[in-house]
Amino acid sequence: MTALLLVPLLLPCAVPPAARRALARLAPVTALWVLTVCALVLAACSLAALGTFVLVGLLKLPACAALGELVHPLRTPSDLVVVPAAAVSVGALAVCAVSLARSALRQARAWRAARSEAARGPAAGDLCVVDSPHPDAYALPGRPHRIVVTTAMLRSLDAAEREALFAHERAHNRGGHHYFLAAAELAAHCHPALRPVRAAIRLAAERAADEAAARAVGDRRLTARAIARAALAGRAARGNRPDVAAAAAGGPVPQRVEALLAGPRVPRPSAVRAAALLLACVAVSCAASTTGVAEVHHRVEVAQGEAPR
Amino acid sequence: MTDAKDARRPAGELEASVLAVLWAADGPRTPGQVQRGLGAGLARTTVTTILTRLHDKGIVARRRQGRGYAYYPVQDPQGLTARRMHSELARGGDRERVLARFVEQLSPDDERILRELLDPRSGER
Repeated sequence: MTALLLVPLLLPCAVPPAARRALARLAPVTALWVLTVCALVLAACSLAALGTFVLVGLLKLPACAALGELVHPLRTPSDLVVVPAAAVSVGALAVCAVSLARSALRQARAWRAARSEAARGPAAGDLCVVDSPHPDAYALPGRPHRIVVTTAMLRSLDAAEREALFAHERAHNRGGHHYFLAAAELAAHCHPALRPVRAAIRLAAERAADEAAARAVGDRRLTARAIARAALAGRAARGNRPDVAAAAAGGPVPQRVEALLAGPRVPRPSAVRAAALLLACVAVSCAASTTGVAEVHHRVEVAQGEAPR
Repeated sequence: MTDAKDARRPAGELEASVLAVLWAADGPRTPGQVQRGLGAGLARTTVTTILTRLHDKGIVARRRQGRGYAYYPVQDPQGLTARRMHSELARGGDRERVLARFVEQLSPDDERILRELLDPRSGER
């Protein structure tokens, strides 16, 4: 039982390389869906496993056993395993709950602040302009959807590049990408090994919007140039302060530009394999946690005297 | 871009593009200048109509220039508050989680890679 329930807890650690592979090979929208579904299911399975450990530990306490109407002692591995596992699980669940609640509060506050900022700025169609010396642009989902762009960003791009930027942000809003980002955030708080998957989901959302923008303006190179120029303008405005540690393989922006310059992605068998590997991880995790939970449930029924031994 | 393509675009998107031209410019612009700044095949009368609509909404202001008007974006009275909120948001760093940003921060390596990618000698395909 214990070994089986460890699978959904350990499997997410093996997923990030597979997630990166899938992101590199699948069409961006497909990658967005596959990665998000994987992250959510893996997070749910690991929560279920932790919850089961806690439940088994609780049923070892005489008071809880009485409450659960156990007439026989619950058959489990040694208490030396069950009790520490339950204690660790309680701790892990508490950490998850606190970090999730804090993140949700912060996100809601940031969203409300951005929304009221957009409401005050001048709006033409769906565009809100914020007068600021820092080049920045983002999609602001809501009713109605808005795109927020600073004056510095508008001035760093030419007319055609601005159209690419607008098309990119509109694609985020039309595609409902904020739901995917929220799901990624949720999963990352449930299991620390899913944080790299959150980064992959964010990149998949950007790539999907980039491709939509390239289709809307009918020019991949123009879209790539708009992204690169906006990023470089942002860097110039911020100065050369050392922020993030230099990544070996290049950050998300160069990857996006490179993908646009490389031309449309042709479907390849390796893409199917990458997706299949990820979905297999999800299936294993689901099967292990379901079997583990079912077995614990059966043992509880035995202990309650409702099922034959 | 062609007339046909732009004619199909929703009015809101055209308004956004026109307002963007005015904000990107360093002074008031006549409809003719806006039309050229758009770089799209929009008819000048369409641009004038959009500018008039933006003016009616109070998003842009205009002043007489020759026989027509030159338009410029309005700095709203709450602009200062909006700017302050914007910098608060930027400092918090939470926004990049909940909102899809156009570009993330660059590392020095990213900057080098981007410049190489954009270099027309190596970048033309």
